Amino acid sequence: MELVTPSIGLLFWMLLSFSIVLYLLKKFAWSPIIKMLKERENSIEEALSAADKAREEMAKLHAENEKIIADANNERKKIIAEAYVQNHEIVSNSKAEAQEEADKIIQSARETIEYEKNLAIREIKHLLADLSIDVAKKVLERELNEESKQRDYIETVLNNMNLN
Amino acid sequence: MKIKTITFILVLILTVGINFNLLANSEHSAVNTHKTEHETEVFNPGKMIMEHIGDSHEWHILSIGHKHISIPLPIILYSENTGIHLFLSNKLSHGQTFDGFKLQEDGKHKGKITEENGQNAQIYIPYDFSITKNVVSLLVSIFLLLFIFISIANKYKNNPKKAPKGIQSLLEPLIIFVRDDIAKASIGEKKYMKYLPFLLTIFFFVFINNLLGLVPIFPGGANLTGNIAVTMVLALFTFAITTFSGNKAYWVHIINAPGVPWWLKFPIPLMPVVELMGIFTKPFVLMVRLFANITAGHIVGLGFISLIFIFGEMSVGLGYGVSIVSIAFKIFLTVLELLVAFIQAYVFTLLSALYFGMATEEHH
Repeated sequence: MELVTPSIGLLFWMLLSFSIVLYLLKKFAWSPIIKMLKERENSIEEALSAADKAREEMAKLHAENEKIIADANNERKKIIAEAYVQNHEIVSNSKAEAQEEADKIIQSARETIEYEKNLAIREIKHLLADLSIDVAKKVLERELNEESKQRDYIETVLNNMNLN
Repeated sequence: MKIKTITFILVLILTVGINFNLLANSEHSAVNTHKTEHETEVFNPGKMIMEHIGDSHEWHILSIGHKHISIPLPIILYSENTGIHLFLSNKLSHGQTFDGFKLQEDGKHKGKITEENGQNAQIYIPYDFSITKNVVSLLVSIFLLLFIFISIANKYKNNPKKAPKGIQSLLEPLIIFVRDDIAKASIGEKKYMKYLPFLLTIFFFVFINNLLGLVPIFPGGANLTGNIAVTMVLALFTFAITTFSGNKAYWVHIINAPGVPWWLKFPIPLMPVVELMGIFTKPFVLMVRLFANITAGHIVGLGFISLIFIFGEMSVGLGYGVSIVSIAFKIFLTVLELLVAFIQAYVFTLLSALYFGMATEEHH
């Protein structure tokens, strides 16, 4: 029975000291501890979410970089292809031009040759006419002098005559 | 590895200490029995156990032979006849009378201080506000609580947002456990902050005193949480907080419990009476549970030790033989009690939190 009968002294001291310890612990221990725990948890949470954000941003940046690199590659390919086409064009153009030029030159050369030939033929014709006149003149002169000698003369003249 | 060694040493100290203490304690009775000339004092396990789990006006540390070493504690008495008295308990040792006060060792008022009035030889019982063994133990535990928690609070203040260190990292999981798994889970996210300081205080108060009760050597060893007065005050706090924080829904639920047939409430208000009784039975159960669990643990442990002396009285050899088994059981029991120390602290706190949760619940 003594065991289950609370004694007034202990009741009194317990009531008093537990009230005091409750107040003191609440004021000087639990309030700061709970506050600090909360703050630390918040800061950890913030740090974690910040890290997540940073990771996302990194991924985004990375994707952007990839895109930029891919774009640059495409651009390069395009430029090279264009350059190739242009190069080809230039070469073929210049070939065509050169051909044309050559044709023109050949044409003009042909024309010059034709002209020169005509000129030469005309000269030859003139020369021939002159020669013929000369021969005829000389023949006529000889005939007038001596028939046999004329004939010899004609022959020599003819022999000497360059028919070229 | 390190923790294992420490735990082992702790358990060893606890058990060996208990045994040493009891051995010393009971030695005089055992020795007495071997003095065959008187054959008066026989080892009385019931008396020994009751002395160990009860309160005392002095703090008995150990006895060597007939020499008792104990710390005298201040006795504070208020008598209706002679007013306040303050003196040390060694004035009353061995049945001495001081100022008409006597510490009764037997009879109806065993363990109490009585006052004898000179004229008519009538015996009064003055109000006893003495600093008993349990009060000293209470003060020690309060000092420990304040020291530990204020120092770790300062650690939190001094390096905020850093990982906990030392004792801080030992207790932080417990603090978070009480906060998240007891307070937040039972009371709810919105209101738990108001009750958290109280819940943390009772949790650590009960826990630390349960542990101190397991330590057999000096500042430990008092059966504080196994004392009905202590658990009564704790339960009273829970009762007061529950009652004062009860909202409208709580009282409506008590007077007019929903989902109950009307004939249980009218004309005979059976359910309201039951519910009203429930207000008082809940803290009452809290009080009895902690008291009974801790006291029972101590009784069983002391019982195992008593076996050694009971058999030792039959024959010395038998006593030594039984001591091996007894100590093995005692070690097992001490480990179990370590677990119980935590569980009872947890249960007391959890149930208090549940009552607060019920009192502040908004609707069903």
